[in-house]
Amino acid sequence: MPGSSYRIVEHPVISFKRGRRVVFYYNDRPVEAYIGETILAALYAAGYRVFSYSLDGKRPRGAFCMIGKCGSCLSIVDGVPNTRICIEPVREGVRVYRQEGLPTAPLSKNVVEPVEWEEAEADALIIGGGPAGLIAAKTLGELGLDVVVVDDQPRLGGQLVKQTHRFFGSREYWGGIRGYVIAEKLAREIMGMKNVRVILQGYAYGIYSDNRVGVAVRNPLKHVIVKPKMILAGTGACEKTLWFENNDLPGIMGAGGAQTLMNEYGVRPGDEALVIGSGNVGLIVTYQLLQAGVRVKGLAEIMDHIGGWFVHAAKIRRLGVEFYFKHTIIKAIGSDRVEKAVIAEMDENYQPIPGSEKVFDVDLVLLAVGLQPNYSLFSQAGAAMKYVPELGGLVPVRTWFMETSIPGLYVAGDSSGVEEATTAFIEGEIAALSIALRLGAGNRGVLIEKRRKLLDYLWKEYRQSPVVSRARMGKLKVTVSEEEMEKIRRGEA
Amino acid sequence: MEDYKARGYITPEELAGKGLLPSIERLEKGPIAIAECPEEIPCNICKNVCPFNAIRMDRIYDIPRIDPDKCIGCGVCVPQCPGLAIFIVDLSKPGKALITLPYEFLPPPRKGLIVKLLDRTGRVIGEGRIVKVWSYDKTWAVTVEAPRDKYMEVRALWIPEK
Ligand code: SF4
Ligand code: SF4
Repeated sequence: MPGSSYRIVEHPVISFKRGRRVVFYYNDRPVEAYIGETILAALYAAGYRVFSYSLDGKRPRGAFCMIGKCGSCLSIVDGVPNTRICIEPVREGVRVYRQEGLPTAPLSKNVVEPVEWEEAEADALIIGGGPAGLIAAKTLGELGLDVVVVDDQPRLGGQLVKQTHRFFGSREYWGGIRGYVIAEKLAREIMGMKNVRVILQGYAYGIYSDNRVGVAVRNPLKHVIVKPKMILAGTGACEKTLWFENNDLPGIMGAGGAQTLMNEYGVRPGDEALVIGSGNVGLIVTYQLLQAGVRVKGLAEIMDHIGGWFVHAAKIRRLGVEFYFKHTIIKAIGSDRVEKAVIAEMDENYQPIPGSEKVFDVDLVLLAVGLQPNYSLFSQAGAAMKYVPELGGLVPVRTWFMETSIPGLYVAGDSSGVEEATTAFIEGEIAALSIALRLGAGNRGVLIEKRRKLLDYLWKEYRQSPVVSRARMGKLKVTVSEEEMEKIRRGEA
Repeated sequence: MEDYKARGYITPEELAGKGLLPSIERLEKGPIAIAECPEEIPCNICKNVCPFNAIRMDRIYDIPRIDPDKCIGCGVCVPQCPGLAIFIVDLSKPGKALITLPYEFLPPPRKGLIVKLLDRTGRVIGEGRIVKVWSYDKTWAVTVEAPRDKYMEVRALWIPEK
């Protein structure tokens, strides 16, 4: 518990820049932290693992997604309940309490004190500062358009900030560069543009009539109503979980959650780990766990072969990580954190074969079992949606130029269907160029030619690779021509 | 499904079967790259970074094929490959094999260090001395002296922490 430090001092790839040292209070006990960390990262570094309880107060909950998408870390911060401490930056002296059961409504603070209010006009509003949104902001910003970028995290980059590996694909489209380096570079460029306004810790909660978008901003509290001409939403995706006994024990975490801890904040997510799922995320995270000094005791995959790309598997196999094919987790054991995890072999009907159980002594179980697009904003806006298993769930139907059935609302990146950062960049740029063309910015011929090249590369080269054929099939199911989209809009299709 | 996908590692026989290995004569002449990248993934970084135009690839998802006449084994591609899938093997020195591998762990490698040599499954199959190290963007390219008969086995190294 408090005292032992999980902070990574030396890392082979990342140099962690920690800010000024501060002290804050968790359940009235002082905790050391560094400016730039989130409250949860600092607590985790100090050894805390339980961050909330189930509503009946019986089951402890740990960190899961680490990006403000699940409810595992809802806490009371300076009197405000239901605060997601995984995305709440630490401040000197802030008082944080663990929430047990339903919290009391903060009648004294938020409701009584009026929140500052502002209306902002823009040519384009970009919701989500991940790969799709960043590239779109850069493209539109360079064309001289007034752009507002809203992101709910304390910094730009989305999930790029924790990708420490070099990207694949062509060098023209960021191949060969580490993900977090791309994020830093794009964020710097965008922050330097006078016509691009970035709102961090801002949550775009709804799209209203007259194309108004409500944004609730934290730190300092503010309510911004943006009235853009066009909207691009690249809201990303969140991690799925698995059903098994005790799947809510602290120490069972989304693979991306562990990435946030170790690659963004330099906090080791555990000492000994078991990884579930051998898609690219599971394979890459396993490698990164090893780099962070975590012992990986095994990787279980329910299929009889690797889900992700072979090269990622080979990288960890040659460092001695064992693969358990046709296996998955059936149970976790522990009182207030994982102490053991049990996997079993599956029969043809994906039922555990009795007697095939294997027990691992681990304090960390990472679930890398896929992502689900964050679709709520599109649904709320009334866009035509489709459930596509190949893409991870519900996604908006869109044209080849990434426009949804709501005229002027574009989609790009994982929220258009889970794929990769490389395709998110390309989709984001296609959407941005389409927005620019609509608004009459730039040289029409040049923009059309640029967009044609991107579409060709995306559909005729990149997505032709057999290893991405599933995602390609999924995207084809929800991509329609302009004429088809008009029919959808008229309610004829 | 290819066998290597059901295993998580590839065998020298599978690589040879796909025409991805240089001849023993070529290996004895001097260093050459071996790309253990048998899947048609959308990546052509190695082709683009090779200063000698030694990697053939028409479409982005083609399997990289190394031209034994053009590749001089310079190693530029080793630390730049996002899949960390390229190794340089040199059998031109008698009694040993020189193998260059990518490495992204701590402690950092140093010339002269004796390290553990691992095969494709992580098994320790011997020890070797580091004879050369250099790095590109935080990835080390480490050349180790390995037992000559293990030139197709050694694919990782581990530096025991002091
Ligand atoms: S070793 Fe040098 S010459 Fe050979 S393929 Fe790699 S970069 Fe090209
Ligand atoms: S750079 Fe590496 S991963 Fe990419 S094609 Fe070449 S060998 Fe394969």
